[in-house]
Amino acid sequence: MHRTKVKIVEEALDANNTIAHANRHDFDHAGVRVVNFMSAPGAGKTSLLERVAKDLPGVRLGVLEGDVQGSMDADRLASLHIPVIQLNTDPSFGGECHLDANMVRSAIPDLPLDEIDLLVIENVGNLVCPAEFKVGEDARIMVSSVTEGEEKPLKYPLMFRACELVLINKIDLLPHLDFDLEKFIYNLDAVNPGVQKILVSAKTGEGIEEWRDWLVKAGSPVGAAA
Amino acid sequence: MHELSLSGAIVNTAVKHADGRKVKLVSMRIGALRQVVPDSLDFYFDFVSKGTLCEGAALEYEMIPARLRCTDCSREWETDMPYFMCPDCGAAGHVEVATGDEFEVESIEVEEAECIAPR
Repeated sequence: MHRTKVKIVEEALDANNTIAHANRHDFDHAGVRVVNFMSAPGAGKTSLLERVAKDLPGVRLGVLEGDVQGSMDADRLASLHIPVIQLNTDPSFGGECHLDANMVRSAIPDLPLDEIDLLVIENVGNLVCPAEFKVGEDARIMVSSVTEGEEKPLKYPLMFRACELVLINKIDLLPHLDFDLEKFIYNLDAVNPGVQKILVSAKTGEGIEEWRDWLVKAGSPVGAAA
Repeated sequence: MHELSLSGAIVNTAVKHADGRKVKLVSMRIGALRQVVPDSLDFYFDFVSKGTLCEGAALEYEMIPARLRCTDCSREWETDMPYFMCPDCGAAGHVEVATGDEFEVESIEVEEAECIAPR
């Protein structure tokens, strides 16, 4: 027996990225725009979707709901009579803490792509792993709520660098918290300079109009006027 | 915590190139911006590689420092903190990553059966 060195020089996540490209190709082919929606658990992803799901002029929304277990969020959204597909990472995918391209690929046959214009993939609540795994999206949004602390962009730069829009949620709680909004925005811009931000409250509705407009624009066919 | 997910990607990449041979060593190049904890990666790699061609293989790393470059004034600097702002001209949004984003399987060492050539 002897040893042979095999030169590889390959990004270890290439396999995932290749499948993500295939997903993207299928979504493009169906004329569906895709958003990867990420945050820590409990930041308010589902509530922010509930707020706008029935009010997206000219855009038919569908949701792929990623969770380790259960269908509580999917049930909430399905009660609004929009197409919702539940994707559980447990047990089929070993209880993974994020969605990857292969999991999303497995759900594509169940998605009514000809009935929707915009697919929001609500990722598993987690500030780390979802940032590493592209799933075939056109854009990435993350929600950071003001209860999480202003240093989070510096602690989780992979996630905060990976997105095009940050929704700063639960701003109705600002009067009750020590959260320094200015500092948070400074830290966010240090990590992801100039990233688009919308201040929202899923509870009071503040900022929801701007969030809705962003989604309508993201879900409109390429080249169409926003 | 992402080391578990990442170690799966390493094993898959190594196995793909091992071509059925047993893997003894996996050499990685890992950039500082990937926030990987080597001890944690070792732990999960041992776990995830069980039952694959990588079982029992050693992992070695070359850690690549994060170097950022300002496209306005061309300054390049090394950083520990993820501040994408030029220390000279203050430009934000014109800073690119020179190194530090790597997460590559650089090479593997595999065990070959001795070739007995007919005389």
